[in-house]
Amino acid sequence: MLTKRIIPCLDIRDGRTVKGINFENIRDAGDPVELALLYSQQGADELVFLDITATVEKRKTLIELVKRVAANINIPFTVGGGISAVEDVAVLLQHGADKVSINTAAFKNPGLIKELSNRFGSQCIVLAIDTKKEADGEWYVYLNGGRTKTEAKTIDWANQAVALGAGEILLTSMNNDGTKAGFAVDITSLLSNQLSVPVIASGGAGTMQHFKEIFEEGNADAALAASIFHYKEIEIPALKAYLSAEKISIRL
Amino acid sequence: MIAIIKYNAGNVQSVQYALQRIGVESVVTDDIDTIYNADKVIFPGVGHAQFAMQYLRDKNLDKLIISLQQPVLGICLGLQLLCKHSEEGDTDCLGIFDTPIKLFASPVLKVPQIGWNNIYNYKSTLFDGLADEAFVYTVHSYYAALSEETTAVTDYVLPYSAALQQNNFYAVQFHPEKSGAVGETILKNFIQLP
Repeated sequence: MLTKRIIPCLDIRDGRTVKGINFENIRDAGDPVELALLYSQQGADELVFLDITATVEKRKTLIELVKRVAANINIPFTVGGGISAVEDVAVLLQHGADKVSINTAAFKNPGLIKELSNRFGSQCIVLAIDTKKEADGEWYVYLNGGRTKTEAKTIDWANQAVALGAGEILLTSMNNDGTKAGFAVDITSLLSNQLSVPVIASGGAGTMQHFKEIFEEGNADAALAASIFHYKEIEIPALKAYLSAEKISIRL
Repeated sequence: MIAIIKYNAGNVQSVQYALQRIGVESVVTDDIDTIYNADKVIFPGVGHAQFAMQYLRDKNLDKLIISLQQPVLGICLGLQLLCKHSEEGDTDCLGIFDTPIKLFASPVLKVPQIGWNNIYNYKSTLFDGLADEAFVYTVHSYYAALSEETTAVTDYVLPYSAALQQNNFYAVQFHPEKSGAVGETILKNFIQLP
């Protein structure tokens, strides 16, 4: 049976892992390759690396990192942050990334999704959406690492992106991110039930019960978290043992 | 020497890294002589069947691959291209396996299948030393049906061929290079074939 995935996320700045709260107050959290290796040995199902600087001059650092990760770990990984062109994707995949995640550039130019999925296959194109629930009760798409609001509703953008060829959706709730109060069950469940592709829930993990909740009630295909793993508040083996005991389909 | 066939499909580099991790040297190449003379050949790839087949034909790699006598391991798209026909782009493929490639159709389950799933009913030395129902990482929208060539089965939408074998041709739908310790065992078993 296909299992639910546990995905540690490593935010990368200048080649180091960092973690902020609500996209701010960035702290150093260690060497990405060391952490990646540790997580893969502990039973992580995949890894995500998000380059939060991703300026042109820092690209080379990121590619060096991708090569080191690909050489050292034996599970799949996704790389994202600042990807805006087909060539960016070609270089990352060529150096060993299994998937790339695209966000702002895809929103501004939806044709990019089609171009990428035609050339590399939908399976390696992850559309990342940063979303926030507003006072009107609707979830809206935010761009530029959560700094820019758009008028687009998250469900509409997700549907459009899947029609264009996105193979997975990585959904981060800005309301929940960094709060450790649980994932955004309602929007995750809406997307997961309506879309034909897997949905990775992100933002808000604080306890093992939150993972159970997002899989059972949110119907997420995968759950992503960062700080609780980096700071060892939850260890992956204990989390997977808990979920398995709770009858969630998990790879042990 | 192990030759990894280089063509316009992704993930080729990952296979070389995986072999490095188990201490095996390999070369990524599209050179006909190098591939022909290799001890073993790995035919990896992710991407679109039609574009990949066109590329193989343009480079004369199609005729080379079907003529190989040494052990060959197809991975993911490699498995599908070794089959007779794929529904992806209605593509005629290499025809080593008689098994057809079809698109997953499900009103409930998501396509592509992405993630870790079990393999069972092992019928190949590739799977020696694995626990029953070992987990492997798999990413695909098209699948090989069950056939007499099936050497391992996975259930998703329906039971399908996770692995196929015909004489010196071995193939797996999943990604051993990304399947942790299980994948490493499978790659070692392939490397150790006579």
